[in-house]
Amino acid sequence: MKEMTFNQALNEAFDEEMERDPAVFIIGEDIGEHWFAGGPTGPFRGLFKEYGPQRIRETPISETAILGGAIGAAATGMRPIAAMMFVDFLGVCGDELINQLQMRYMFGGKIKLPLTILGSSGAGVSAAHQHSKNLYGLLMAIPGLKIVIPSTPYDAKGLLKSSIREDNPVIFLTHKMVVSLTSQVPEEEYLIPLGKADIKREGSDVTVVAIAFMVHRALAAAAKLQERGISIEVIDPRTLVPLDKQAIIDSVKKTGRLVIMDEEPRTGSAAGEISAIVAEEAFDFLDAPIKRVCAPDTPVPFSPILEKFWMPDEENLIKAVTEIM
Amino acid sequence: MPIKKEKLIDMYRTMVRIRTFEERVSKEFAAGNIPGFVHLYIGEEATATGVCANLRPDDYITSTHRGHGHLIAKGGKTDRMMAELYGKNIGYCKGKGGSMHIADVEIGILGANGIVGAGIPIAGGAALSAQMRGTDQVAVCFFGDGASNSTRFHEGVNLAACWELPVVYVIENNMYAEKTRISDTCKVTDIANRASAYGIPGVTVDGNDVLAVYKAVGEAVARARRGEGPTLVECKTYRWHGHTEGDSQTYKPKEEVDEWMKKDPIPAFRKWLLQMSVLTEKEADKINQEINEQIEKAVKFAEGSPLPAPEEALADVFA
Repeated sequence: MKEMTFNQALNEAFDEEMERDPAVFIIGEDIGEHWFAGGPTGPFRGLFKEYGPQRIRETPISETAILGGAIGAAATGMRPIAAMMFVDFLGVCGDELINQLQMRYMFGGKIKLPLTILGSSGAGVSAAHQHSKNLYGLLMAIPGLKIVIPSTPYDAKGLLKSSIREDNPVIFLTHKMVVSLTSQVPEEEYLIPLGKADIKREGSDVTVVAIAFMVHRALAAAAKLQERGISIEVIDPRTLVPLDKQAIIDSVKKTGRLVIMDEEPRTGSAAGEISAIVAEEAFDFLDAPIKRVCAPDTPVPFSPILEKFWMPDEENLIKAVTEIM
Repeated sequence: MPIKKEKLIDMYRTMVRIRTFEERVSKEFAAGNIPGFVHLYIGEEATATGVCANLRPDDYITSTHRGHGHLIAKGGKTDRMMAELYGKNIGYCKGKGGSMHIADVEIGILGANGIVGAGIPIAGGAALSAQMRGTDQVAVCFFGDGASNSTRFHEGVNLAACWELPVVYVIENNMYAEKTRISDTCKVTDIANRASAYGIPGVTVDGNDVLAVYKAVGEAVARARRGEGPTLVECKTYRWHGHTEGDSQTYKPKEEVDEWMKKDPIPAFRKWLLQMSVLTEKEADKINQEINEQIEKAVKFAEGSPLPAPEEALADVFA
């Protein structure tokens, strides 16, 4: 094992998969040797030097050409990784996202679209509304996309390698507040399958399903709640599509209580979908109402004091847990 | 180099096949036998035919909402196409795509597309794929005058130009974007002039002259195969039917319609083939007859094929 940051883990995954499969290439803005993404801590560090401009395809600011191009290349034998910079920029190529990525289904299953879409997501760095969203609920509502939301370097590497090998479009989101976190990562190769949740902390009183950066806030809150004698189980779904429903339901069967911590506006959120699944499929095991700890139904504000208020935090979670105990 | 006789006859056959297919679709749609909505290619046959006569089976095309002509010209089978229009399981997309999404990747058809301009970046991606895999495949991107005003035209053409991708952009300027005249929405008379903004060649041809289209696109395809990058070819033509079937077309002046009906590309080409002794009257009639029978068979095939099981709706989301 070795200690590395989330971005270093992504960097290793890119390098290993590009080395392994010549069909893999990265297409996007500022992915070469520039400070923005290829700099000393960026996930694309060193790739341009190693693989050159043929496989690190630096583009103009043309999101429709990036994602549309990646779709065309994926449909014809390549395995592109479309780097969208911020997930918010998927708005620029909304047609590709909601109308073109469903090509396999529209064509009656005749093609595969092996394509990974990368996006930096999340609030916490005062980037305001156009660079801070997560869009989980919105993306989950689009059929035909897999959605990966890792919270640790270990998960990030194993899930990114699996995503690149997927024969389907995968949206791989990297939350801004986790990319510099470190964890132990094995020296040897490993993969983490999509659709398998991870229990980040075992507990017996309340199940907390937390997404991406919220996993870390949930773990911090769980430590505080333990001092009050409340045992929290923290489940990290790791992928929203496919969603490991069974892991969540099994946990709820054990604890009888569910709180979902999800950094996005409550309406139409991933938290709403998870709540509905548990209400439909595990209602009899619930001893209390399901709680959602989400952001308010507003755009993401800029000023740190406003943004801090907007983001779900430990106190919000502790309050929600206390209400159902 | 003179065009071989077989090639010329094939072109004639393709044009007649498109016309016959589309006229039959119009009829069956009006009779309520085809669900959804259809956009017909009648009047524009010379363009798809002249373009695709330059292509190999392993070359790619991206098509549009008005795609039946492109697909037939690229080798799509009329029975499988008709079955798709009827929503049948044996259709090209198992009844999941319909008119606007017919695709057959095995012969390079990357799909008709219901979104105007959406094929432009996708064709660029297919061309990038060909370039990266080191093949000499070419991608042809069909789109209309309307799409040339959309975002994807700028982003897609610019990037393909920068990377010298093997792609040929074919603008079918049929004068109307849905129901809006191109002269009301575009300040240049020849859309091919926009090529200069991207540093690539642009050429305007008579889209009703199959040989002129064949020649202009032939040069563009050869250029793309040589690795010299994209070309914009504007084919000026006319859409005889409405945007969709059932469109009353009140926006088209009668004189304009009359003038373009006189420029019908099929009799013009037939006349030329007879003059050049490529075909006799009798041979040409025989081709028309064979194609009538083929389309009749396609309709029977579509009508007689089973519907998909309802739960088939759940399959094919993921690989």
